[in-house]
Amino acid sequence: MFAQILQQLPQQLLNGLVLGSTYALFALGFTLMFGVLGVINLTYGFYFTTGAFLALYGTKLLALPIWAALPGAAVLTGLIAILFDAALLTPLRRKKAPELASLMVTLGATLLLYSLMTASFGTEIRRLPPAVISHAAYTFGTVRVNLSQILIMVTTVLIVAALLALIRGTRFGLSMRALAENGEAAQLMGVNTDAVVRMVSFISGALGSTAGVLIGLNFNAIQPYMGETMMLKGFAVIIIGGLGDIKGALIAGIVIGVLEVLTAGFISSNIKDSVGFILLVATLWFRPVGLFGRAPVKRA
Amino acid sequence: MSAVAPTLLDVQDLTVRFRGLVAVDHVSFTVEPGTVHGLIGPNGAGKTTCFNLISGLIPPTSGHVSLAGTALDGLPSWKRTRAGLSRTFQNIRMFQEMTVRENVMTGMQSRLQASVPEILGRLGRFRPEEQAAKVRADELLEFVGLAASADRRAGDLPYGDQRRLEIARALGSEPKLLLLDEPAAGMNPAETQDLVGLLNRLKQGGLTLLLVEHDMHFVMSLCDRITVLNFGRKIAEGSPREIREDPAVIEAYLGAKVAEKLKGGTA
Amino acid sequence: MFDSFFFSYQSLIFAVGINGLLALSMYTVLAVGQLSVGQAAFMGLGAYVSTLLTLDAHWPFVAVLLAAMVVPALAALLIGGPTLKLTGVYLALATIALGEILRIFCNASDLTGGALGLSGIPNKTSFGLIFGLLALALLGFVMVARSKLGRAMEAMREDEVAAGVMGVNLPAMKLGALVVSAMLAGLAGALNAHANSFIGPNDYGFDQAVTILSFALLGGIGSPFGPVLGAIILTVLPELLTALHDFKLVVNGLIIVIAVLFMPRGLLVWRIGRVG
Repeated sequence: MFAQILQQLPQQLLNGLVLGSTYALFALGFTLMFGVLGVINLTYGFYFTTGAFLALYGTKLLALPIWAALPGAAVLTGLIAILFDAALLTPLRRKKAPELASLMVTLGATLLLYSLMTASFGTEIRRLPPAVISHAAYTFGTVRVNLSQILIMVTTVLIVAALLALIRGTRFGLSMRALAENGEAAQLMGVNTDAVVRMVSFISGALGSTAGVLIGLNFNAIQPYMGETMMLKGFAVIIIGGLGDIKGALIAGIVIGVLEVLTAGFISSNIKDSVGFILLVATLWFRPVGLFGRAPVKRA
Repeated sequence: MSAVAPTLLDVQDLTVRFRGLVAVDHVSFTVEPGTVHGLIGPNGAGKTTCFNLISGLIPPTSGHVSLAGTALDGLPSWKRTRAGLSRTFQNIRMFQEMTVRENVMTGMQSRLQASVPEILGRLGRFRPEEQAAKVRADELLEFVGLAASADRRAGDLPYGDQRRLEIARALGSEPKLLLLDEPAAGMNPAETQDLVGLLNRLKQGGLTLLLVEHDMHFVMSLCDRITVLNFGRKIAEGSPREIREDPAVIEAYLGAKVAEKLKGGTA
Repeated sequence: MFDSFFFSYQSLIFAVGINGLLALSMYTVLAVGQLSVGQAAFMGLGAYVSTLLTLDAHWPFVAVLLAAMVVPALAALLIGGPTLKLTGVYLALATIALGEILRIFCNASDLTGGALGLSGIPNKTSFGLIFGLLALALLGFVMVARSKLGRAMEAMREDEVAAGVMGVNLPAMKLGALVVSAMLAGLAGALNAHANSFIGPNDYGFDQAVTILSFALLGGIGSPFGPVLGAIILTVLPELLTALHDFKLVVNGLIIVIAVLFMPRGLLVWRIGRVG
């Protein structure tokens, strides 16, 4: 019994790492938006769905290869994200409305968008053309891994590195941090805040879309509500990692992914989805600023 | 009258840092009961931050605040109000949708005792207490000269009236110490004159005031004692006359060069 | 005449009353400037607890209703305790998590009948009971609104910092509001379960939570009557316009967007006075 567990462990850990990377990848854009713009934008889950659907139709109808469909979907979704921010959140920002107003408006928009998607596409599960990516598995000792799993892990690492470099090393990153700190002061210091807002929306939309495509690839199951399920996991990831914390999101995502896979493997797959939420409630009780958070969580 | 009245507000070594910037740097001062105490200084000297620390809106990095001998350290703002502290804001924070009278009655929050069952059943303390609160609110509005506007929406009042309403609302809690953050800001000279009269009447009534204000004429004519801050540090303290002649204060306000010239002129 | 009308529309009429209670439960939280996306979860807790107590433990209905209020109240304490000290975003996200934990548990557990849910719940509700409770709740809210509590609530909604400076006990008000709202939602859940004979784990998810929010925002939260009006409209309208029925969720979502952006006071713009 024990030997069997030990034997399965490496494969389980790898599966957990892959699943966790998808959570982290998804959560990055979400936590970035909160960190810079100070809003929980619930339409983010919809960008995930949108990316997956765009890639689906790009590969199916236009016969695009996946390396073209993925960035194409990311750019288009990024533009949609700019549009949504302009329509829903910019008016509230101008009015200096309380943060809950922006949360509510994106909550309503989310319900609206998913219901429209479901009304037009139905709830059946769609699949990418099988030729899009090789499903051959590579074997390392007792561990098997396939191309889409590798793609997910590599992309996650690359994107985290690129985001951190962008934030810490560039002029634009400086503007982002200035806006995150204090919008009015940033504006006075000559930061074009509208441009930063648009850029952050674009990046987040593109990240959400990329996560949607990669996860669509890995599980080969695409349907309108996939973003909502992911969104709920995303909350857990960004709160456990600390709201607005990029590195925290990466680590929290992987921790949840690994724990879920281990729970499913060794306890019961029925309750694996509750792992993240139980951790979330525990985090709120014992460490509300998140794993690594030092940022003030309370505004005067 | 030989006994020295105990200090009302005691601020000891108050310090707060925001990301490396020391906004208030080891500031200590005391406010004696029955006095009007001014807190002045150039822009960015840390006056409003000091107010926010004293009223519990932001936590200090270190230091202590006590009111009438009771330590306030670590208490949230609402408990400080219950301990006898009340304040107004630099950028008026009215409850705009509520009526003028409701605003003042909201200020009495800490004095009303009725329990939830009494409120639900209109029983016990509820009716007499609510009636008394209404009467008291109207008295306070009369006192600040807003009796005629009691049923208007607070957000619809002109600016100067909102300032006076904020004072009436702050008086609702029957504070021992009232903090006024730039009470004359945005007022015309006539309104400012009215305000001086109003604050003098409060002082005569035995209330202690601590105020931040830019209008020097206003400060000098009203205050018994003044504390001067610059770049978060206390640079002077004394009577209005002492402060007017203090070289460090003149330098802080006018810059070193002008201070040199003034010194040269008087020598 | 009335009898036959009542008979053919009984479930709709009951739904109006139950949704009215749900709208009031949402109002309780919004009125102190907080947002909960957990009203559906509190409702679900009430529904499951009451159903199990009726079917398995054969408790009398009054005790069942009380339990259906107490259990969600405990969940509210668990969620609200840590989050209400933080900014409002945390409560909103934590209540979403609560809903998910409940849904996953109810889908997985044998006790709750898994994905099939529980059926054969005897109808123990009546028009008088549902609307009597709704009227009682409304009366309670009016009494609270016209008192120091009502003033404190509106002050918190407008400017929490200033409310604190007025001496409003912020933590107690927030936690109190969340607990009361959980109790009302739990009560509504119990009534709903006993009016419909069936409950399932997916009736209390995200869609339902957002729908409850749309009741309150459509009606407006200037008085407790606004949310009830919103619930009446959004319950009856889809039944009258069958074309609307399929797009119910689209409409509910749209209403929230429009209400937040363009009509923050909702339909019933009248504001209740705050002096008792």
